Amino acid sequence: MTRKQRRLTLIGVAGCVLAIAIGLVLYAMNDTIVFFNSPADIQAKNVQPGTRFRLGGLVKEGTVVRGSDQQISFEVMDAEATVKVNYKGLLPDLFREGQGIVAEGVLEQPGFFRADTVLAKHDENYMPREVADTLKKQGHWQGEAQAAPATQ
Amino acid sequence: MLVEAGHFALALALGLSLIQFVVPLWGARSNDPVLMAVAPTTALAVLGCIAFAFFALTVAYVTSDFSVLNVVENSHSTKPMIYKISGVWGNHEGSMLLWVLILALFGGVVALAKSSVPARLQANTLAVQAAITIAFLLFILTTSNPFTRVIPAPAEGQDLNPLLQDPGLAIHPPLLYIGYVGFSISFAFACAALIDGRIDAVWARIVRPWTLGAWAFLTLGIAMGSYWAYYELGWGGWWFWDPVENASLMPWLAGTALMHSTVVMEKRDALKVWTILLAILTFSLSLLGTFLVRSGVLTSVHSFAVDPARGSFILGILIIFIGGSLALFAWRAPMLRQGGLFAPVSREGALVLNNLFLATACATVFVGTLYPLALEVMTGEKISVGAPFFNATFLPLIVPLLLLLPLGQTLAWKRGNLLGTAQRLYAVFGIVLLATMALLAFRHGGPVAAPLGIGLGVYLVLGSLNEIVTRSWSKEKGLSMAWRKAAGLPRSTWGTFIAHAGVGLTVIGIAATAWGVEGLGSLKVGESLRAGAYEARLERVTPRVEANYREDVAVLTVLRDGREMGTLETMKRLYVTRGMPTTEAGIMTIGLGQVYASVGEMQPDGSVGIRLYHKPLVLLIWIGSVVMALGGGISLTDRRLRIGAPARAKAAPVAAVPAE
Repeated sequence: MTRKQRRLTLIGVAGCVLAIAIGLVLYAMNDTIVFFNSPADIQAKNVQPGTRFRLGGLVKEGTVVRGSDQQISFEVMDAEATVKVNYKGLLPDLFREGQGIVAEGVLEQPGFFRADTVLAKHDENYMPREVADTLKKQGHWQGEAQAAPATQ
Repeated sequence: MLVEAGHFALALALGLSLIQFVVPLWGARSNDPVLMAVAPTTALAVLGCIAFAFFALTVAYVTSDFSVLNVVENSHSTKPMIYKISGVWGNHEGSMLLWVLILALFGGVVALAKSSVPARLQANTLAVQAAITIAFLLFILTTSNPFTRVIPAPAEGQDLNPLLQDPGLAIHPPLLYIGYVGFSISFAFACAALIDGRIDAVWARIVRPWTLGAWAFLTLGIAMGSYWAYYELGWGGWWFWDPVENASLMPWLAGTALMHSTVVMEKRDALKVWTILLAILTFSLSLLGTFLVRSGVLTSVHSFAVDPARGSFILGILIIFIGGSLALFAWRAPMLRQGGLFAPVSREGALVLNNLFLATACATVFVGTLYPLALEVMTGEKISVGAPFFNATFLPLIVPLLLLLPLGQTLAWKRGNLLGTAQRLYAVFGIVLLATMALLAFRHGGPVAAPLGIGLGVYLVLGSLNEIVTRSWSKEKGLSMAWRKAAGLPRSTWGTFIAHAGVGLTVIGIAATAWGVEGLGSLKVGESLRAGAYEARLERVTPRVEANYREDVAVLTVLRDGREMGTLETMKRLYVTRGMPTTEAGIMTIGLGQVYASVGEMQPDGSVGIRLYHKPLVLLIWIGSVVMALGGGISLTDRRLRIGAPARAKAAPVAAVPAE
């Protein structure tokens, strides 16, 4: 084999692997990416039941109901809308009424969300960044002053 | 007083780094040995200054000096001593100080390695290293000064984030940083070679141990971080494809590729341009990781403080170093001479394939990590890219690499014979096939992925062992001769075998997670919960008070087939100072598997939520990683790589060429 042929082999193999990788990435981009929505976004974007996404908002005070066998339901709200969330499992340590949460799951029917994960990613003001951004956008954010030294 | 002295030492280190940057570069250019000799001296002085600054901050922590803002924000007088010391780097400012300390430490070691590094290369390398040190010292001094005082001093501190109050904090960050920052040396060597316009097999031989060492530490650091997250977060997961984890995985993948391509360069004088580019990319990914983790663009336990000034400063450093080094590469790389030739089917070819797969896999992780950030900046749309994305992209690229690994390791240099190589692995293929079939037959309806994955792991372990066996065993000579021959194989051959076997063990551990089972329930005292073959019975829930937290302890008896295996404790803690609750998982190790329980909230009716997992073979994930790092360490002791070892007059015979 000449030097040129060797180089062509190398470039060919590299091109194949890269093409496969690009194909996989594009395929995965369509299928596996999860969008973030606030309760208001569900109506605004007309999210269909059966869609998987991350729901973020505040846990409405007084709505947390603990059923038998670790069944929990609560309502997540933002300034404009409310969604009822059902979840089975242990809640993260920093789950509180009136605080921000992010839940990943599927919209079962309009207004009802079944979560399989409730995430505990937040700063020390118990506010996930996505939720804080939503509230800021809707003009209901008040926590700026205390939010500055955010740990964790 | 000591605190001010520490601050001053940092400023002094900045000044010295400026000298270390300018003078040796000039010396190398004008070929002046006196000016070049400034490099090692200043590097050691910089190390001394930064080490003193670090010492000063540590003293402030140990003595709970609450006149220092950093100590107030991250310490408490009742905190156990180990967390007072490790708390030094359990915050933004302190962790950056540890970053530059390790940077300076590597500079110091290069400075001491006079006999093995040519003076000109050393001068240029230390100058590049100094440039990095300057950037990060400026960052610390202008935006993240750990020595700021508060007046008046509060009587008590605000305590350390409870999640960080764990022995993991003493081990994980230093190991990870030695790895992360260690790649700065490969980067500095690459830039030095580009500045000088000369690069050859000698360069590769000098750089290889540094890459190998950094890689081994990064492996340990990532494994330790993964195990920490596993037992501390209480979710039972060991890898979440979280951007912060990906930030450490990307340099690891690139570093693994670099480690292998340097072998080709050392042995065959080929792949020069690619190796240089990889060295630059690996450290660029380390810098990117530092940016992602430290700038606050991600919310995680690792990002301590959100301050836009810091984010843009690190972004600036990132652009200057990545842009600068790539520009240098574009300018100088075409001048590098082409190296040795090889056929596509050869050890070199296999290593090229290794690099190709690793680099592409790294690129998919890069896309998955940065795409959400880019999309949010451009459209405001928030998305999350999680495990499904990486399972669909990363796995299909890594599995072929692992399948080819034992073949590549067995191929000959320059021109290999694929059929002959496969023949040498016939026994391995046979055993693996039988083992996988047996596992498939006895899986009792479990997932198919587990036996196949375990088969792959076994194939990796046996395939790399095969290399040792075929090189030492022969029918006529017998076993004792085989032992002697095996013992006489170069250390790097053994290192390769051990590291690759470690990969196999980790693969087995990962595959076995598919066999994991979990159970969830609310238990009253005396009730029990089942996960697979294991059962946990709640014995009692008792409160307990410690120095800086109080907790409710759920004591569980673990049973298997009605037989008691022992008890484990899982706790719900409340850290008093911060008012922050945490969950401590209870773990019982049985063989290589673990029974893992975490406790949820106490219910009004007196029951507690318990999540119980049985994770067979889970320890292999981390044992495998430690074995990988061990393999790297053993390769480092190979006589050819020993720093300062006298160079042999003649090259080693081809038969003794190690197999990486």
